[in-house]
Order: sequence, then C-alpha cells, then structure tokens
Amino acid sequence: MTKAKMPGARAVIESLYKEDARVIFGYPGGQVLPLYDELYDADIRHILVRHEQAAAHAADGYARATGKVGVCLATSGPGATNLVTGIATAYMDSIPIIAITGQVPRSMIGNDAFQEANITGITLPITKHNYLVQDAKDIPKIFKEAFYIARTGRPGPVLIDIPKDTQVETIEFEYPEEVKLRGYKPTYAGNEQQVKKAASFILKAEKPILYVGGGIIFSDATEELRQLAESIMAPVTTTLMGMGAFPSAHPLSVGMLGMHGTRSANYAIQESDLIIAIGVRFDDRVTGKISAFAPNAKVIHIDIDPAEIGKNVRVDIPIVGDAKNILKTLLKYIKQEQVKTEAWNKKIAAWKKEYPLSYKKDNLLRPQFVVEQISEICPDAIIVTEVGQNQMWAAQFFNYKNPRTFISSGGLGTMGYGFPAAMGAKVGKPESTVIDIAGDGSFQMNSQELATVVQNDIPVIVAILNNGFLGMVRQWQELFFNRRYSQTCLSESVDFVKLAEAYGALGLRATRKSDVKDVIKEAVKSERPTILDFVVEREENVSPMVPAGAAINEILDLE
Amino acid sequence: MKHTLAVLVENRSGVLTRVAGLFSRRGFNIESLAVGVTEDPDTSRMTIVVSGDDHVLEQVMKQLNKLIDVIRVSDISNDEAVHRELALIKVGVDSSTRAEVMQIVDVFRAKIVDVGARSLVIEVTGDESKINAIEQLLRQFGIKEMVRTGKIAMNRGAKIVQSEKK
Repeated sequence: MTKAKMPGARAVIESLYKEDARVIFGYPGGQVLPLYDELYDADIRHILVRHEQAAAHAADGYARATGKVGVCLATSGPGATNLVTGIATAYMDSIPIIAITGQVPRSMIGNDAFQEANITGITLPITKHNYLVQDAKDIPKIFKEAFYIARTGRPGPVLIDIPKDTQVETIEFEYPEEVKLRGYKPTYAGNEQQVKKAASFILKAEKPILYVGGGIIFSDATEELRQLAESIMAPVTTTLMGMGAFPSAHPLSVGMLGMHGTRSANYAIQESDLIIAIGVRFDDRVTGKISAFAPNAKVIHIDIDPAEIGKNVRVDIPIVGDAKNILKTLLKYIKQEQVKTEAWNKKIAAWKKEYPLSYKKDNLLRPQFVVEQISEICPDAIIVTEVGQNQMWAAQFFNYKNPRTFISSGGLGTMGYGFPAAMGAKVGKPESTVIDIAGDGSFQMNSQELATVVQNDIPVIVAILNNGFLGMVRQWQELFFNRRYSQTCLSESVDFVKLAEAYGALGLRATRKSDVKDVIKEAVKSERPTILDFVVEREENVSPMVPAGAAINEILDLE
Repeated sequence: MKHTLAVLVENRSGVLTRVAGLFSRRGFNIESLAVGVTEDPDTSRMTIVVSGDDHVLEQVMKQLNKLIDVIRVSDISNDEAVHRELALIKVGVDSSTRAEVMQIVDVFRAKIVDVGARSLVIEVTGDESKINAIEQLLRQFGIKEMVRTGKIAMNRGAKIVQSEKK
C-alpha cells in the first residue's frame, strides 16, 4: 500500500479524524492559515469563538461533559498566549484537552518575529506535555502521542505547536498503530496486597468516611463507589470536583467538605478513624489547617498519580491505580456482616438533621433560592459555574444525581470559565439542558461569547446571580477587612437583558421570588441562548465557612 | 541532607528545560546537575544532587517520574557508588611559589594542563571533598578562575541504572 502524500496541515486533519475529534473550538490567524484552509472542507465542526481563552475553556467543558478529549486551536503569539489561562485551568483539574497552536516558520523561531511567542516554554508548567513540531513528518506520531498522553493516566492538557512551514511541507501520512513512550507507563491495576490491607482496615474501622473527588468521575467509578459506600455503610463526602460522583440526596451523602462544606462533612472527617480517599488530592480548601486535619484517622489514599500520595498528608495505605479497577478489587474483600458503623451513622444522621445547609427564607430574592429552583425545574441539567459565591451556591443547593453534571474550575478558580465551558458542554451534549450559574463579575470576563453561541446556535442558559459585587471577595472584606469594600462593587452594572438582545440572544430578568420559576421555564422552552438576570440580595454570604488557616471543624455560620 | 539521583532521560532538545523548570517551580533545590549521553545514543543521563529531607526527596522523584521524557529515576545516595567531579583551577604563581603549587598538585594526583608565565591551570578529579580540599590549599596562592563540572556517579559492581527498553 502506498502511503498518502499530503501537506502537514492535511496530516493534522487526518490525525484528528483518527482520534475521532470532530469538534474544534478555535480562532484563525496568520500562522494557522494553512490549517484553516484544510478545515474549510474538513468533516470537523469548527466553532469560531470571540476570544481564544474561550476556545480553551470550551474544549475543557466539552471534555468534562463527554469524557472525550477536547480540542482548541489558535494562531501563534497572542492567539497562543490567550489560551494559557484555559490550559492552566484544565491542568489544575486534570482535564484532557489538546491545544493546537500555529508558530512562525522554523527559520524564524527565536528571532522575535511578528506574533512569535515561545508557547512551549510558556506552557511547560501547565501542560502534561507539549510538543514543538520540528519536522513535518513527525505530525502523525506527535498527534497519536498527544491524545494518548492527554487521556490516559492522570489526564491533562497537551499542547502542539506547529510552525507554519511544517503545515505546508508535503509528507507521507501514516498514523502509528501504537504509542511507544519509554518514560510514560501509567499504573491502572492497583497492588492487590495493598487493596487487601485496605479492606482489613475498612472492616476494622468504626468511623470510616469516604472522601472522593474528580478521580471517581474520570475513571467512571460512580457505580463502584455507591456499592462500596452501601456495603460498608460509610458516609460519603465529595470535593467540589467530585460533585455528581455520589448522589447528593443519597442517605449516606454528607455533601461537600472543606471551606464551604457542610458541618456534617467537616465534623465527620475530623472525628473519623479511617479516611478512604479516592481520586482526591487533599487540597488546602479541603483540609483547612493541615496539622489539625482528621487527627484520629488512618488514611487510605487511592489515586492514579503517585505524586499526589503523601504530598500533603501522611498516608497509611497508598494505592496507585485507576479508581474503578481498585474499587472493583476492593469490593471482593468486603464482608458486609463485619461492618460495625451503626453508631457512627446515627451520629452522622443527627448532625445532618441539626446542621442542614440553609438560608433565610423570607420574601427577598436570595441567590440560594434561585439555585434551588433551577434544581427543581431542571433536575437533569448539566450545571456549569463561574467562580466565587455563584460556584459555592451551585455546589450547595443543586441536587446532583449523575457524574459529569457539575462542571467548574476547581483548582485554578478561573473567573470567566463558566460561560465558554457551558458552550463546550452543550456542543458535546446537545440533548442536555446546560446552565451556567454565574455571577455578574465572572460573566463579564467572557461575555463576548454571546456572539459565538448565537452564531453557532448553542442554546445555553446563563443564570446570573446578579448582586452587583465581586461577591466572594466582598464577603472576605466584610469578614476580615472591616467591611472596607475596596474595588469589589460593580453596582453601576450593565443591563444584561439588553446585552443579550444586542447579541441576538434572549434576555429575561427576575427581581422577585415569584418571577424565578417563570423565567427559568421560559428559558428552557425557548431553546435559544438565554441570559437570566436574577437581581438578588446584594450582601448575601456563602455559609457555612471555615476561615483560612482554621481547622475544618472551626466552622462559622454567616448571616 | 544531600541526595544523588541518577536520571535517565530521552536525548532530545528541551528535556533539560523540563527538568530544571520542574525543580524551580516546585521549589526544590539543585546543588549540581551534570548531563551527557549514555551508551545508548537515544538516552541521556543526568546526575542531580538535590538537598532536602526524605519527604522532599520523595516528591522530587515522583515529580520527575511524571515528566514524559524522564525514563527512570534512581536514588544512588546510599548505594556503593563511585562519585566523581572534575574541576579546572587557574592559580596565580611566580618563581617562588610555582614549586610549592606543583607539589600540592602531585599529592592530589591532579594534573597541570597549562603552564603560563604567571599562572598554572590544574585539572583535578575526585569526589567533592577532595576537590574542596585542593581548592582550600590553593587559595593562599590566589585562585584566578575555577570551573567545576558537577558530580557524576555510577554504582560499583554489577548493579546498573538502566531503562527497561532492552
């Protein structure tokens, strides 16, 4: 068989076909012109964003909603640097995306050419791996490796920088069958002896707790998690990244833990005698004061990334591997009749009863009420969030049932993430209702994407909890800076309804509690890109709260 | 505490940047780093001396292992190993001190590799303490210039640091 001859740019397209990547979020420019010329009649849906940052977030949202690898594309220099925040966001949350960038021709690299930026250098600390194409004939091999690296092991972003001259050079296209990387061999199985030992710890424990995160979702282990929780009758707390890994309404669920976690979750962690940590990384927002974290607990830590084990807390039983595989093995060794957690469950039930998440139920339009209404009207929606108070309320007051239905920038905390990520999620899951629970501050960081969703007919709903403040920062100023609201007031804000209309989207406003249901229903019914402007109580706080540096049981209720 | 790591990496451009970048962004301290190609032309070997306690060392090794281009990381601090470093030292001399300097060179089994009217260039190999010792002794004559390679190390006997390729 003769190998097909084609230019490098065509080889990129053929490689994307081989990886079944049929959606690209991108923005053209000088150094990707040959690529865009190939895209012109390629069988790939290209979504033209209005800012490259949105392309990266959209690829990320697409990946989180579908479990597939998301792809974004930008030109060299400023196009590439605009992707950086999106790549860093994906890196912190272990999201598989491929970022393709154009680069100046090889002969000009290093000369400070027009629109040249050393993007492989810039993204070194925020990619799982990156490539600069130095020889056009390497393109198929690089794409094969990049997709493999992005989606396997602990997933993450991979960037491929392609000089313009390699895009036009003719090569013989042959896509490799397999990947050969001497330095990259992720562990999936989990050491059986360690798993056995973990089982014996679990059966001895009187106060065990499952502390689970994004790793459960990425390895598709929600069913195994539920089986384990139910067979050992242990409470389950999830991180922000783990929302949806375990049903919020399940009797064993104690909700989210950490800074804005529930009292039940934080008390349970602190009193537990065994933490079964799966696909989590003991982040500072979770542990609070690390020296006071779970003082009586032994720790079993299951994670695919060995570097996460023992990084922040001392671990008694480390198990490296894929959560689903390990849970399956673990379940074999669990003898239900030996479980002795009855007293523990009684205690937890009492906490749950005494300390439910709550807010003031009066006639005022409060943001928590809006989230509850969304949960009621759109119980199967994919919820995407911005960052700040909106994100915490979305985590606290929506009733999550399924994995991949809560999408949020957890690690990096990127304002402006939600709207473009929602766009990506909707493209990946067109049959789902996708709602970005937003703040007025965050939304304005990428509101230009209204043009994208209208042009490409991507009917996402943006529910702005509009308080005219950078609410989370304001909350900290209220609590720790004597109410000196330095630069957090946005009160002369835009008219979001008119803004929506200016772009050709639907805009609806609710100022009273009684309006809320109607506008949500109207938005869903319209099947159009919609902005819902909920004019909410301005100085509502996210509660409860563990102040920075405190132990997580030193938790405050805020008005 | 100092640890000596033998790190096998892919022999391609940018790998040193990845390793050095990892150390700086994770706040690990490199005491020295020496790199060169191995018996396999596709593989380079770095000898990295890093300071820190056991927890730091564990993180350094795990984080290095996460780099796609890193093939193998071995801590050879506690192994029976040959540790060597090479230094070139330019010492100022005159007719009255030349003989004494040459005597010191002799005692350390170092070599004089260049003789000038007012200076000598001395080449010395050995472990760190030996090089430190000769440096101390030569200081009184006036060291004009010194360059050290950083340590390289290899296990004694049959034990080897090897990629799984073969």
